[in-house]
Amino acid sequence: MYYLSLIFKNKKSAVGICIFLFFTVIAIFAPYIAPYSPTYMGFAPLQASNWKHLLGTTVTGQDVFSQIIWGTRVSLEVGILVGFMTTIISTVIGLISGYFGSTIDEVLTAITNVFLIIPGLPLMIILAAYLPSRGMWTIIFVITITGWAWGSRVLRPQVMSLKKREFVSASIVVGERSSHIVFYDIFPNIIGLIVANFFGSAVYGVLSEAGLEFIGLGNVNAISWGTILYWAQNDQAMFSGLWGWLLVPGLLIALLGMSFALMNFAVDEITNPRLRKR
Amino acid sequence: MKYILRKLIYLFLTAWSALTIDFILPRLMPGNPAQIMIAKYKGTLGPQALQSLETAFGINVHQNIFLQYFSYLYRTVTGNFGISLTYYPSTVMSMISGAIPWTIGLVGVSTIIAFVLGTLIGINSAWKRESFISNISVPISIFFNSMPYFWFALLLEYFVAYLLGWFPLTGAFSAQMSGFAFISSVLYHAILPATTIIVTAFGGWILTMRNNMINVLSEDYIAFAFSQGLPEREIEFNYVARNAILPNFTGFAMAIGFVISGVLLVEMVFSYPGIGYLLYQAVIDLDYPLMNAIFLFIIIAVLIANFIADMIYVLLDPRIRGE
Repeated sequence: MYYLSLIFKNKKSAVGICIFLFFTVIAIFAPYIAPYSPTYMGFAPLQASNWKHLLGTTVTGQDVFSQIIWGTRVSLEVGILVGFMTTIISTVIGLISGYFGSTIDEVLTAITNVFLIIPGLPLMIILAAYLPSRGMWTIIFVITITGWAWGSRVLRPQVMSLKKREFVSASIVVGERSSHIVFYDIFPNIIGLIVANFFGSAVYGVLSEAGLEFIGLGNVNAISWGTILYWAQNDQAMFSGLWGWLLVPGLLIALLGMSFALMNFAVDEITNPRLRKR
Repeated sequence: MKYILRKLIYLFLTAWSALTIDFILPRLMPGNPAQIMIAKYKGTLGPQALQSLETAFGINVHQNIFLQYFSYLYRTVTGNFGISLTYYPSTVMSMISGAIPWTIGLVGVSTIIAFVLGTLIGINSAWKRESFISNISVPISIFFNSMPYFWFALLLEYFVAYLLGWFPLTGAFSAQMSGFAFISSVLYHAILPATTIIVTAFGGWILTMRNNMINVLSEDYIAFAFSQGLPEREIEFNYVARNAILPNFTGFAMAIGFVISGVLLVEMVFSYPGIGYLLYQAVIDLDYPLMNAIFLFIIIAVLIANFIADMIYVLLDPRIRGE
């Protein structure tokens, strides 16, 4: 309860949570909010914004506003799923490598460092270009593979220093099993970091997904903010004066990313009292 | 020395991993991409090109996988990346060496500007926690940090280049110019892409620098420096900032990776003739040899940049030299 009140007292996390809830509501009630079906192609193409079509229509006569409402689902799902999967992988590797040390640690650290240096997008592009299917799960897989290393790198030293503390030594002396020590003694102390890792990865997921889809490496027939931008660019929305088609999806991506980043920032401030306003 | 040696080992390990990814991927995928390519290019490519494709992707070759791997390593290390499929009969190497200077120029200049600008604002906003700059810098950098690079590039292209007409829409230079006029047209074309990279990259530097500064500010030796009555400027830069900047150099690996990723997308938007745009073309045209080689080149460039950052770190932090 104490932490819950801290989260809402912190202005940044409060704003972040509000934005996040706003998008969640839109995603859940998309069929009721969107005025038309996002795939219906019967409208007059390339209309500018008007009262019937708030953000105009595409080259193939689809309603841009309805597409954006439905697109919320994919971005939100990818963000959260990438956050979860990345966090699980980096936590497991960080824990194993920090707790067991010795050869396992050296091998895992080497792998982590290699993944840390290889820049994400080029690796994602080359993976996505070779993979046969181009659905949402392919994108999630590709982003997770390239994004877990940072989390392990942050967790490992924390686990190592916790292992040297008295209460962990006490458990070892008493003869507790490794699994007990890891889950009951160490894990509760790194939860702040893990939560921060989740939000950071979610931002990374949302942005990377948009980037990959914008290049055309996603499923271009799916409805998501990234593919809407892909079509806006391909169909030269810019030169038809359809600025809403271009402006709104990107703005929403930035807002969703920002809501995760704000929550991440707040977790930072809560776990590191030095960063709080004096 | 041990530190440099360890960094060198990582450099080679990573380069080798990238090489191996390039080797394994085409062989791992179901629906062999090489067969698709060969079918696609049957009419347009000469038999020589087809053969080099077959060896590069390991089909129709009566060699076992290890021999293939070693001959692949040999070819790559000697700089033979084969022939580009889209730009046949140009070699992959010539395509890449034509694109590299553009990207290095763009990335180099804008990364340095973003780093300096971000670090200075970060220092200032941590030093004066209640000032106007401090209050607005954090939310603004969070927003810039979570904004898609390519989208910001699209907006600049639309509003500044298309509507206002202040800058060219695409490309890197105007044709039929020479000497000074050519150089100024190159700079003129680079302004929008560079602005995109600077604006989207410096938010991260502000945030990390600010956090580091705040952590250093609560150290005892800072309190001691204040009690000695040293000038504030000196404490700000020589005592706090100097120590706070160190972690930023280790974070350089991540940062340069982000910048490179961003640059790829920015080049695609502005049709800027660098590596990113070439990669985009390769992806669209399924030009796998070109794609693989570009991937390798990007990683090697990042590795070298990182190595330089590590060496600067040695100069800045005496504790490492002592080891």
